[in-house]
Amino acid sequence: MTGAELTGLAVLLPLAGFLLNGLLGAKLRSEALSGIAGSGAVAGSFCVACTCFVQLLGLPPGARTIDVPFFPWIAAGGLHADVAFQVDQLSVVMMLIVTGVGFLIHVYSIGYMHGDPGFARFFAYLNLFIVAMLILILADNFLLMFLGWEGVGLCSYLLIGFWYDRKFEKGTTADAAKKAFVVNRIGDFGFLVGMFLIFVTFGSLRFQTVFSQAAALQVGAPVATLITLALFLGATGKSAQIPLFVWLPDAMAGPTPVSALIHAATMVTAGVYMVARCSVLYALAPASMAVVAVVGAATALMAATIGLVQNDIKKVLAYSTISQLGYMFLALGVGAFSAGIFHVMTHAFFKALLFLGSGAVIHAMHDEQDIRRMGGLRSALPVTFWTFLAGTLAIAGIPPLAGFFSKDEILWNAFARGSWVLWLAGVAGAGLTALYMFRLVALVFTGEPRWEKGTHPHEAPPAMTVPLLVLALLSAIGGFAGLPESLGGSNAFERWLEPVFAPAAEKMALVGFPGAFTEYLLMAVSVAVALAGTFLAYAWYTKRTDVPGALVKKFSGIYRVLLNKYYVDEVYDGTVVRPAVKIADTLLWKGVDVAVIDGIVNGLARAAQGAGDALRRVQTGVARNYILVFLTGAFLLVGWLLVR
Amino acid sequence: MDVPLSYYLCLSAILFAVGAAGVLTRRNVIVVFMCIELMLNAVNLTLVAFSAYLGSIAGQVLVLFVMAVAAAEAAVGLAIVISVYRNRQSVDIDDINILKW
Amino acid sequence: MTAESLVFFFLAAFAVTTAVLMILERSPLVSAIYLIANFFALAALYLLLRAQLLAVLQIVVYTGAIMVLVIFVIMLLNLGNEARTRARVDPRTGVTFVLAAGFLAEIVYAVLTRGGAGRPPGAPPESLGTVESMGDALFGKFLLPFEVTSLLLLAAILGAVVLARRRG
Repeated sequence: MTGAELTGLAVLLPLAGFLLNGLLGAKLRSEALSGIAGSGAVAGSFCVACTCFVQLLGLPPGARTIDVPFFPWIAAGGLHADVAFQVDQLSVVMMLIVTGVGFLIHVYSIGYMHGDPGFARFFAYLNLFIVAMLILILADNFLLMFLGWEGVGLCSYLLIGFWYDRKFEKGTTADAAKKAFVVNRIGDFGFLVGMFLIFVTFGSLRFQTVFSQAAALQVGAPVATLITLALFLGATGKSAQIPLFVWLPDAMAGPTPVSALIHAATMVTAGVYMVARCSVLYALAPASMAVVAVVGAATALMAATIGLVQNDIKKVLAYSTISQLGYMFLALGVGAFSAGIFHVMTHAFFKALLFLGSGAVIHAMHDEQDIRRMGGLRSALPVTFWTFLAGTLAIAGIPPLAGFFSKDEILWNAFARGSWVLWLAGVAGAGLTALYMFRLVALVFTGEPRWEKGTHPHEAPPAMTVPLLVLALLSAIGGFAGLPESLGGSNAFERWLEPVFAPAAEKMALVGFPGAFTEYLLMAVSVAVALAGTFLAYAWYTKRTDVPGALVKKFSGIYRVLLNKYYVDEVYDGTVVRPAVKIADTLLWKGVDVAVIDGIVNGLARAAQGAGDALRRVQTGVARNYILVFLTGAFLLVGWLLVR
Repeated sequence: MDVPLSYYLCLSAILFAVGAAGVLTRRNVIVVFMCIELMLNAVNLTLVAFSAYLGSIAGQVLVLFVMAVAAAEAAVGLAIVISVYRNRQSVDIDDINILKW
Repeated sequence: MTAESLVFFFLAAFAVTTAVLMILERSPLVSAIYLIANFFALAALYLLLRAQLLAVLQIVVYTGAIMVLVIFVIMLLNLGNEARTRARVDPRTGVTFVLAAGFLAEIVYAVLTRGGAGRPPGAPPESLGTVESMGDALFGKFLLPFEVTSLLLLAAILGAVVLARRRG
C-alpha cells in the first residue's frame, strides 16, 4: 500500500488508542499500557506521515497531490461531501508536525501525568485530539475539515477541564473550558457563514473544485472578500487572534502537556493552516489580506506587551503563543504563505519545548506556577535549564536557531510586500519577545532562590527530559529547512510548498522585491533588536534587579493596564456576556420556553382533560336510553338517505 | 308471483317497527331480547323477498348467516342475563345502570 | 285474488297480530309463545318465497333452539309478570311510538316511491332455495364466510360457558 492510502491507518490508530484507553483504561489501571498504547498509536501515525512524505518526494513537483477517497458521506441535492483525504505538500508538512511533536508530547505525558487517577482518560483524550487534528489537516473538502475543526474544539474543552474539580482563578477549570468552547463557537459561526457562501458561489465544498473555479474570479470580487473575512473570523477564534483571543490564557488551566500540544503546537495553528489552504481565495481579496495582516501585527504587538508583565509562567507562554500566532497571520496577510507555515513548524518546536520545560519546572516545584516564587533553579534542573534556554534563544530570533529564520522571513516579507508600518510593529514585537522570554529565564532559573526551604526541586524523569532534548535539537537545527538564498541556502521549505500557493501567487500583483542589500540590512536590524531585548532582560533581572520595580512604580497606570490584559475580558463580559445571559434568562427562558411552549403543551393537555370531563356525562348507564339514541339515529339516517 | 315485492317489504317494515317499539317499551331483559329477535327476523324476511324477486341465492345465504349469528348472540346474551341475575337478583332493564360515569 | 295472495295476506295478518300481542303481553312466557307462533308464520312465508331450506331452518334453529333456550332461561330464573303500572308517566313511551311510527312511514314511503315494487320479469325457479342450490352456494362462492361462521360459533360457545359459570 502506498503512503497515501495509509493515511486512513494514521487516523485509525489513534482512534483505536482512544477507544482502548477510553473504554478499558479505567478497568485495566495500567499506566504503562495506557501510555504505550497512546504514544504508540501516534508513533504509527508519524511513520505513516513519513511514508507519505517520501512518496511525495518521488513525484514531480507539480504533481504532488494525491487524493485518497474513503467513502461517500453526504449526497443531498447539489451538496456532495465525501470522507476523502488530500495528501499534498502542505498537508504532509502539517501531518509531520502534528504527529511528530504530538508523539514527543505523548511520551512526556507518561512522566508528567504519573500518579494521576485520570491517566488513561488523559491519553484517550489526547489520542482523540490527534484523530480530529489529522482529519482537519487531511480533509479534501470544507465540511470534513469543519468536522475536524469542531473535533479539536471538543478535545480542547475536554482537556482544559481535565481536572474538573480544581479551582482556577475566579472559577473552576470547567469554566475555563467552557469559555474556550464558547469563544471558539463564535469563530465557528464565521467559518460556517464562509462555507455557506462558498457553496452558494462555487456549488461545491471540495477544495480542488472550489480553488480551480476561483481562478476564474476577478481580483477584488466582493464575494471573495466576504468569504475570506468570514473564514478569517473562524481563524481568529481557533488561533486566538484579536478579537477572540481571550480563551487562550484561561486554557492554561489544563495540564501542561495539553497546553503544549493543543494550545501551542497544533490546534491553534489550525486557523493558520486554513487560511493557507485557501490562499487562492485570499489572493482574490486584497482587502481581506490587509485585515489579516493588520490583525496579525496588532495581536503580535499587543500580546507581547501583556506577556511582559505576567507573573505566571504559563501565562507568559500563553501570551507568547498569541503573539507568535500573530506573526504567522502577518505573514499570510502579506502573501508570504509558506513563510507563515514555516513559522508554524519552528514555533511548534520551540513553543512545545518551552511549555514542556515549564511543565518540568512546575513539576519540580510541586505545582507552583508563580515565577516570583522561583529562581535559581539552574543548578537543580540542568537539563530543563539548557533546553529551556535553547527554546528561548529560538523564540527570540537569535541566529542560527530555528526561530530566527522563520521570523526573519516573515519580517522581510512584511517589509517588502506589506508596509514598513507592519514591519516596525513586527520588529517591536520581536524585541519585546526577547525581553519577556529572557525575563522569564532570569526569574525562574537564575539568581537567588525565592522558594520555600522544603521544596527540594529535582530533575524530571527521562520520559520528560528526552522529549525536551529532542525538541531542543529541532529548535536548533529546524530552521535550516528554510535557509534563504541570501544566506547561501536553497530555501527548500518555500520551494516545497510553492506549487500549493502557486495559484495564489498568480493572482497577487507581482511585487518588486527590494534588493539583497535591504534584506541583509533588515536581517541585521531584527538580530540587533533581539539582542537588545536579551541584554535588557539580563540587565534588569540579573544585575540591577531594582530597575523593574522602579519602572513599575513610575508607570503604574500602564503597568496595571498591561497586567489586566487591557481589560478585554471585562469589556466582553459587560457588553456581550451579561446581556446575552439576561436575554436568555428573561426573554427566552421565562418568556418563550415557560410561557409559550410549556403553555401550549400544558394547555393541550388541559384541553383534552376538559373535553373528556365534559363528554363523559354521555355515559348515563341507562341502557334503554342508549337504545333510544340508536334508533333515533337510524331513523334520522334513513330519513337523510331518502331525501338525498 | 302474484304478490308484489312491496307487500313483503311493507310487512317486514311493520314487523321491524313493532319489534323496535317492544325493545324500547318492555322492562324485562329477556323480553327485550325476544323483541330484538323479532327485528332480526323482519330483516331476514326482507332479504328472502329480495332474493326471490331478483332470482339470486345470495340473499338466502346471508339469511343463513344471520341465523347463525343470532344463535350465537342468543347463547352469549342469555349467559350474560343469567350472570346479571345471579349478581343483582333482577332482570329489570332499568336496574342495570351502574356502568356510568 | 289468487291462492297465493290469499295465503300471503293470512300469514301476514297472523304474523303482525302475534307480534303486537307479544309486545303487549305481561307474562314473559306467553310472550315467548306468541313469538314462536310468529316464527311459524314467517317460515310459511319463506316457503312462499321459494326459500325451502330456510323455512326448515327457521323452525329448527329459531323456534327449536333459540326460543327453547329462551324459555329455559325464563323458567330457570322463575320470572314473574312485569309490574303493570309505573310510578309516573314515562316520556320515553311516547317517543318510542313516534319513533316506531316514523320509521314505518319512512320505509313504506321508500318502498312505494322508489320502484322495484311492481312485478318482476319472471317468476323465480322453484328450486331457488332448495338444499342443493344452497349447498352449492355455501360450499362454492360463500365458502369463506361459512368457515368463519364456524369460528364465530366456537367463540360464542366458549363465551357462553365462561359467562354462565358459577364462581369457584
